[in-house]
Amino acid sequence: MNSILEWFGYVAERYDDILETTWEHAQLVLVVIGVATTVAVLLGVYVQRRPTLRAMSLSITGIFLTIPSLAFFAFFIPVFGIGNRPAIVAMILYALLPILRNTVTGLDAVPPAVVESAKGMGMGTMRQLFQIKLPLAWPIMMAGVRIASLITVGIAAIAVLVGGDGLGSYIQSGLTRLGLPNSEFSVWTGVVFTVLLGLVLDAMWATIQRFTTTKGQRI
Amino acid sequence: MSPDAKIRLDHVEKTYPGTKVPAVESLSLEVYEGEILVLVGPSGCGKSTTLRLINRMIEPTGGRIYLDDEDVTKVNADKLRRRIGYVIQQIGLFPHQTIAQNIATVPKMLGWDKAKVAERIDRLLTVVGLDPDTYRDRYPKELSGGQAQRVGVARALGADPEIMLMDEPFGAIDPITRDRLQNEFLSVQEDLRKTIVFVTHDIDEAIKMGDRIAILGDRSHIRQIDTPERILAFPVDDFVRDFIGEGSTLKGLHFETVDEHVTLEPYPTMHVGEDPTAAVARAREAGTDWVLLLDDQEHPTRWVPVSDLGGGSTVSSDSGSEVVAKVSLGATLFEALEQMLISEAAVSPVVREDGSFYGVVRLTHLNKAIRRARLEAREHYAQLEATS
Repeated sequence: MNSILEWFGYVAERYDDILETTWEHAQLVLVVIGVATTVAVLLGVYVQRRPTLRAMSLSITGIFLTIPSLAFFAFFIPVFGIGNRPAIVAMILYALLPILRNTVTGLDAVPPAVVESAKGMGMGTMRQLFQIKLPLAWPIMMAGVRIASLITVGIAAIAVLVGGDGLGSYIQSGLTRLGLPNSEFSVWTGVVFTVLLGLVLDAMWATIQRFTTTKGQRI
Repeated sequence: MSPDAKIRLDHVEKTYPGTKVPAVESLSLEVYEGEILVLVGPSGCGKSTTLRLINRMIEPTGGRIYLDDEDVTKVNADKLRRRIGYVIQQIGLFPHQTIAQNIATVPKMLGWDKAKVAERIDRLLTVVGLDPDTYRDRYPKELSGGQAQRVGVARALGADPEIMLMDEPFGAIDPITRDRLQNEFLSVQEDLRKTIVFVTHDIDEAIKMGDRIAILGDRSHIRQIDTPERILAFPVDDFVRDFIGEGSTLKGLHFETVDEHVTLEPYPTMHVGEDPTAAVARAREAGTDWVLLLDDQEHPTRWVPVSDLGGGSTVSSDSGSEVVAKVSLGATLFEALEQMLISEAAVSPVVREDGSFYGVVRLTHLNKAIRRARLEAREHYAQLEATS
């Protein structure tokens, strides 16, 4: 109990710095999710009705997700140098699978009769996609974005090892000074604020989903 | 080639890639302006494929398609479809859009202004029997199956197309609601006079909905195309006969009305309070054991057996049996038959609009009507054969 109060004190002393670091962390995540969503949705729409490409893209993005993150981050240093960039690229590749998978699944779930009637009324391919298919697939796609966001918030803590920003710095500095004063508090700060950030972002996605779907789509 | 053919298929073919046998083989067909043409046939005969060739949901591999004598075989398919209403069995309402947005689909694509679209939505909802204020802003999941089907029809009518294609539109609906929707649709069609191609596998629905019926066999070969009356009276071959099934004669009675096709004969009647002796004599002369008792407004009230009328006494108000079954002049012979079966005297009294007695329909009338219909149909086909 005592140590929790002490930790509160630790946090209070560094409040501004923690918030700023959390914000850096959030920025990393938002950039990654933004790019990954764009890429994965475009890819998903393209491969959904093409069985071979669909299987290939799902396997490849699946393989990305299984590569240990530390190695994956370091892998891009020769190309992008030290800093946020190798981390961002690696995290984008991680985030692809959940969004791609859910885009494809969401498009699969659009009832064929709905597409048939849209086509039968004279909607072209693009109208069908933007007015019918994507809006109907959107809730499932958003679920993918939320999973990707949670994964990225966690993995972004490792960015610090390739010279990136984020809450990983609290964890790293704590771990390297383990046993010295405040080292554990530093680790805890990194962990707790990472988790909080994940929850806040997830709530944000949920709100966006709520306002971008109609009453007719909610269960 | 009829001048008022709204839709004309000229040797249309569809062979799917990788198959040798065509799904639709050299089909030529004309749909006249303002009629409902029903395509009916066993499953797998290609009737849905044929329907979908008209709005090019399936692209033909041969032949030409004409609307209003305009060759539409190669025009922009999306633009073509906006001119043609399309209703499918599963309806396919857009679940994320309100009923109003669903109905506005085609008008919006055609660039109608907002006020006109809103007005159109309310009008169409009224046409299909849904209150605009109640249903406009609802979502499809808030509708029953029957209501969703009505909205489906309203949506297909969205931009007032001249042509409607309907693929088993009432197929997934319970029998009672289906019957009601069919009747409502027929009365809407009476006003709108759209040119409609309607697909079903149910011969009874075809008989009910069709101005003409095309009975299709394998590869969408037309086995017989004609009015339901003629098809019922004269199926051209065993395939058609088998497909129509049992009771085609009975079904044919739906198309004959009491006033048009039957010479009604006088029937012994008497009025309340009248001396029965004369009535008994009339009954003997007509060869029947029953006298129909009329009230002072000439409404038939009771069947009185001749045996109750002996002795010259006036007839009591409770002798014989009440007339429970009577038909109007506009009724079909099917209804007349039904009443005949109920009536104790085995005839069906026919009344005018004001309820006054007009005459009776007997079994022999039905028999004659049926034979005449068959003869007419046979002559029609003999003539066709002679001229071809």
